[in-house]
Amino acid sequence: MNARQGFIGTSVERREDSRFLTGKGQYTDDITLPGQTYAYFLRSPYAHARITRLDTAAAAKAPGVLGIFTGEHFKAVGGLPCGWLINSLDGAPMKEPKHPVLADGKVRCVGDRVAMVVAETVDQARAAAERIEVDYDELPPIVDPATAIGGPAAVHDEAPDNRCYQWGIGDKAGTEAALAGAAHVTTLSFRNNRLIPNAMETRAANASYDPHGDNYTLYVTSQNPHVERLLMCAFVLGIPEHKMRVVAPDVGGGFGSKIFLYGEETAMVFAAKQIKRPIKWTCERSEAFLADAHGRDHVTTVKLGTDAQGKFLGLHVETTANLGAYLSTFASSVPTILYATLLAGQYATPKIWCQVDAVFTNTAPVDAYRGAGRPEATYVVERIVETAARELGIDPAELRRRNFITSFPYATPVGLTYDTGDYEATMARAITLADVAGFAARKAASEAKGLKRGLGYSAYIEACGIAPSSVAGALGARAGLFEAGEVRVHPTGKVTIFTGAHSHGQGHETTFAQVVADKLGIPMDDISIEHGDTGKVLFGMGTYGSRSLSVGGTAIVKAVDKIIAKGKKIAAHLLEAADTDIVFENGEFKVAGTDKKLPFAAVSLTAYVPHNFPHDKLEPGLNENAFYDPSNFTYPAGTYICEVEIDPATGHTRIDRMTACDDFGNVINPMIVEGQVHGGLAQGIGQALLEHGIYDTETGQLLTGSYMDYAMPRADDLPSFTVETAKGTPCTHNPLGVKGCGEAGAIGSPPAVINAICHALGVKDVPMPATPYTVWKAAQAAAR
Amino acid sequence: MQAFAYSNPASVADAARAAGADGAKLIAGGQSLLASMKLGLAAPEALVDLGAIADLKGITVGGGVVKIGAMTTHAAVAADAAVQQAIPALADLAGKIGDRQVRNRGTIGGSLANNDPAACYPAAVLGLGATVHTNQRSIAADDFFTGLYETALKDGEVITAVSFPVPEKAGWQKFKQPASRFSIVGVFASKGPQGVRVAVTGAGACVFRAKDLEARLAANWSAAALAGATVTADGLNSDLHGSAEYRAALIPVLAGRAVG
Repeated sequence: MNARQGFIGTSVERREDSRFLTGKGQYTDDITLPGQTYAYFLRSPYAHARITRLDTAAAAKAPGVLGIFTGEHFKAVGGLPCGWLINSLDGAPMKEPKHPVLADGKVRCVGDRVAMVVAETVDQARAAAERIEVDYDELPPIVDPATAIGGPAAVHDEAPDNRCYQWGIGDKAGTEAALAGAAHVTTLSFRNNRLIPNAMETRAANASYDPHGDNYTLYVTSQNPHVERLLMCAFVLGIPEHKMRVVAPDVGGGFGSKIFLYGEETAMVFAAKQIKRPIKWTCERSEAFLADAHGRDHVTTVKLGTDAQGKFLGLHVETTANLGAYLSTFASSVPTILYATLLAGQYATPKIWCQVDAVFTNTAPVDAYRGAGRPEATYVVERIVETAARELGIDPAELRRRNFITSFPYATPVGLTYDTGDYEATMARAITLADVAGFAARKAASEAKGLKRGLGYSAYIEACGIAPSSVAGALGARAGLFEAGEVRVHPTGKVTIFTGAHSHGQGHETTFAQVVADKLGIPMDDISIEHGDTGKVLFGMGTYGSRSLSVGGTAIVKAVDKIIAKGKKIAAHLLEAADTDIVFENGEFKVAGTDKKLPFAAVSLTAYVPHNFPHDKLEPGLNENAFYDPSNFTYPAGTYICEVEIDPATGHTRIDRMTACDDFGNVINPMIVEGQVHGGLAQGIGQALLEHGIYDTETGQLLTGSYMDYAMPRADDLPSFTVETAKGTPCTHNPLGVKGCGEAGAIGSPPAVINAICHALGVKDVPMPATPYTVWKAAQAAAR
Repeated sequence: MQAFAYSNPASVADAARAAGADGAKLIAGGQSLLASMKLGLAAPEALVDLGAIADLKGITVGGGVVKIGAMTTHAAVAADAAVQQAIPALADLAGKIGDRQVRNRGTIGGSLANNDPAACYPAAVLGLGATVHTNQRSIAADDFFTGLYETALKDGEVITAVSFPVPEKAGWQKFKQPASRFSIVGVFASKGPQGVRVAVTGAGACVFRAKDLEARLAANWSAAALAGATVTADGLNSDLHGSAEYRAALIPVLAGRAVG
């Protein structure tokens, strides 16, 4: 791309795709170091048991074994930390039992890490692991979050009733009074199904130690290598942070599951120093089902009170959230801060109360997964609103319209202030795109074939670019939520951008270069983007929560602004003008109102060859960094409309139409945005129709532990999507006016799908995932 | 996966001999066996690969019979113009087994010898009244499938080919389990020299014939003949993806659609 400017808003082809599509990406498993060894983790076959004997003597003598590590090795170090403190309603801090690197006398879920074997080959490590002798004394497993509190066993001694916290937000008494005075109250109870992330690349790590410099290097599949380094060094292993380099090279998808600090790489870093050789581990796919943090798994009862005209009066939500066996890195924030604060949705509901019981169970830890709390919130709001519309006999779009927030900024009753939005616009456009007017004719055609047809809405809102650090800190965050960027202008005017955001599918190498090319008026080919290496990038909080462009992009813009400001001073000196008379346009520094000008590269060259330079006022060089801490979240919103056709004889649901109209504010690369929405819709439809992490309630075994039983969405499960990004309402508080688009599809689509199925069958609720068997049962019940 | 010895004899006789050794196992396409070995569910000491035996591959159509060599892949059957012409439902079935990779490696002989309760080919063999040929004898479809992963094959017996009588009419309906895409229920129905047959896979421990449905269709080969028909749920599979009652309800529905 040799053009200069006009990149923002243009569907520039992704620069990273040439290596990805030709198999030339460099993923963690592609990195093999001199003297490489391999780790294998022995995992618990039981959901809940005491380890009464752990004997590694025979295994240690197996061929190729270099070391065997167990919980004994980690007694002196910290547990894996949780990054967000939640206080219970009674003021008590959440229960924070130790999350050991390797099991410490007890296993708490199937797949819990019991021991790590390091050997010359992975086959030798696996074979040796089979010779480790472990005696377990089984305990009753706690599986179902709804019955975990006061269940027959305590997952952790520190939480004898299995409750981590009981938290609430909003106006309880006011909400109860609003419901008591409501003309109509709609009630629903449902479960937001447990999802297992299944990124295309499984987790992997390669840990090495250099005894000469006392330096560690960790290659790891991380969405946030600086956070990984901070947590591992400062909170677990006590390694000085400057002695540790974390590199997250090409990463094949994360969806949240690679945000977290896991025990595997922590044990490997520790062991790399002991055995003095690099250690590699690549998670197997079936292992990943057990070893990765899962998502969702809420049980909720929601009540919506309305007046006779359908005006919302109060929303009352009670949720039990399954945290799994241990507190994963951001687990505590997902069913609280990232969930309940979104329960206003797009509506001016005056009174809201949400109470959340978070419980430990003998299942894999549950943490952020694409959307992280916001899909659960959107499901609650959009299911109850649609159900209320059906009960009140009001068109679901009309009921929403009567309750939309229309004036901004708007302070919700659950802690957020929406800066801008136009919900009527996206809904109206979605209704047109989905041809809602033609639904009745299509329904009649379906009925003539013995099929059921239904249409469902979802008018979602989400909070992205998680933000201000001061607010997050007041809410319990133990990390900042800024982003860092650095702009290094080389003498020739070429530019390297360092960003703390991490791209694992998002296309930052393209999008960020588009922004910088436009700002500096130089070709995209003159700009490269570096990310994912604590040895190169000054700092970073990483990529999650659709924050990379709104927060990380803004940090880059701020650093670019500093470059331009300094460049103006250099140009003023060279052009013998006042600083304030210099303007920067189209890649040139000009004296305003004259034809005197200098190209960007002439100024950058002067910065590095400062023969004629204002040394009394400026340092040489042209390199700037910026940290950006947003003043608010961003609030993408939109309307999704799903139309399904159901075969009542088999229960098969075919999504005939899926329409998405999103307001993401300004858009840098429409093609990448559309791709993000497509991916999000696929995951949301996966949740609605297919995916389900099921544990056996008697044994705690994961019943959907492979692709034989865990259904990922495939191309033929999906329709051709109709996706449109509205001209939209630009975010008011970041200079790009962007809001974030990475999670919207996964947030907005599940309730649209279930609303459509309920509409088709004429039933109040169908549980997710609405598999053929589930839909068939609902159709049978409806027919009776 | 544990280490194992490997051989690929050039004749059925040599293969049968090698397979008779302790701990030895025949491997055809390997689409079930290799996965089992990788999961540690099977650990044969020796694999005897049938892939080098030319006699076991190929399709002939003539005299009212489609004869398919045991080592013919699903993809080859699906793409064979003569099969598509003679028994389109059989080509359709072969073309919907597994995924593209499975169809290019998996074989009809391997599928039948394995007799997975949700495999597709057993439904076609039983639903068409085919004959399974081995190095020792010919076995009627009705006698071949004996139980869960069980067949009439004896030690040292190697499937060589399968003969399908060409029917007047036949249809295949596969209702897929959403994750594995094996059949929750698959129904192969035909009318021809072997009478009216309705074979059901996925629903029970082993492929079976729905005799009540066959009787209705024998009287009147039409979907309408199955209106109101029910199948007992007794003995049918029940799992995460569907109860026995669900499977029972699907059988007449799919049979009706197979009839067309």
